[in-house]
Amino acid sequence: MQSSIEVSRQPAVRYLLRIGDTCLIQAQRLGEWCGHGPVLEEDIAMTNMALDLVGQARAVLTRAGALEAELGGTAHDEDQLAFLRDERDFLNLTIAELPRGDFAVTVLRNFALSTLLKLLWQRLLDSSDAELAAIAGKALKEARYHQQHAGDWVLRLGGGTDESQRRLRAAVDLLWPYLPEAFESDEVDDEAFASGLGPRWADIADAWHAEVAPVLDEAGVAPPAPRAFRSTGKKGVHSEHLGYILAEMQHLQRSHPGGVW
Amino acid sequence: MSAVRAPEEAAVAAALGSEDERAMARVGDLDSRIEQAWDLLAGVLDPEVPVVSVRDLGIVRDVRFDVERDGGLEVVLTPTYSGCPATEVIEASVCAALNDAGLGPVRVRMQRSPAWTTDWISAEGRRKLREYGIAPPGPADPDAGIAMRFVPHRAAARLRCPRCDSLETERISAFGSTACKALHRCRACGEPFEHFKPI
Repeated sequence: MQSSIEVSRQPAVRYLLRIGDTCLIQAQRLGEWCGHGPVLEEDIAMTNMALDLVGQARAVLTRAGALEAELGGTAHDEDQLAFLRDERDFLNLTIAELPRGDFAVTVLRNFALSTLLKLLWQRLLDSSDAELAAIAGKALKEARYHQQHAGDWVLRLGGGTDESQRRLRAAVDLLWPYLPEAFESDEVDDEAFASGLGPRWADIADAWHAEVAPVLDEAGVAPPAPRAFRSTGKKGVHSEHLGYILAEMQHLQRSHPGGVW
Repeated sequence: MSAVRAPEEAAVAAALGSEDERAMARVGDLDSRIEQAWDLLAGVLDPEVPVVSVRDLGIVRDVRFDVERDGGLEVVLTPTYSGCPATEVIEASVCAALNDAGLGPVRVRMQRSPAWTTDWISAEGRRKLREYGIAPPGPADPDAGIAMRFVPHRAAARLRCPRCDSLETERISAFGSTACKALHRCRACGEPFEHFKPI
């Protein structure tokens, strides 16, 4: 059994891990639809988007691992970061790790996250970290297409049958309580903002709502009333679901260290 | 250092003779090898669309001899999509083609910025795509990141069918067999076709 690595707790590294891990875990969930899509076109769409997200995660994790060394820690590569970290060292948003649910849950989560990531990539174009800015230049084009596709489906489900409308409503009720986490800034965000690494996620909240609200409105669904509940995935404290994802994702490297295809 | 030098510089050096002359002669040799490398790259095909070369796709950013390091030939490529599985195959094919021609040691460096756009696909590349049955991309929309408008599923922009030239086409899937393509069909000739998405 391959033991876990010790990851740098520097705020800049954690800022990058939040982005990379959100992409990676969202990719895992989308990838679960391979062979299970409601129609062939969507099967292809979800796995294609998963592939883009894996590519983005690889680039961001690679940069995070290099940054660990630049800040005086031990360097790690993308594979070590993906396969040899424990649950508490993953910093993805909790919403990404929730079970894939039905197609409405998948579509709505994809819309919420692709909108968030698109807005992040837009602002990361100006990052003081040249590599992160370069990654953003590529990822932005992809996130834009994902958002377009997911938004299109939110409208279709909302304007479809009573059943699709009912499922979309259920998806909003399920997912929306996990969104405030994304837009609450902390010391990681503050430091990234101060150093020019990237925006405070709280600062993209207005833009996110401005893009998401009209689509939900047109789809005929309303977000549930705000609640006191807060998820804490980006601080490393996860729902019960992440452990199962990691068990599946990491099993091979943990059991057969260094195994390659 | 970039090994691209104007030929007249070499001529001047030759007239001067001595060590400079020999140095410039080597540069001239490097120039011709770089030219040879570019020619060879025109024959390295995309594994997913095996009619267009890496040069047609516009993913070769530079070819240079890294004289400051080890004198090796460095090819700078830009990735098309973050997760494109063809990237590694392309890297290997580029190295193999140049090594086989005796231009090695060869290494490939990936450069993300500026991000690749389908606007860099050459006119020749577009022609080859069309002949292969893939509708080439239109201009990438520079405003796409600002104004967002959701369109009904079947109302995506009409493309010209690469087989019969009809505009009576529709999109049937936003994603296709590879990250870079979408699926469409032509209502005039009844054939499905792929579209290389503009990004």
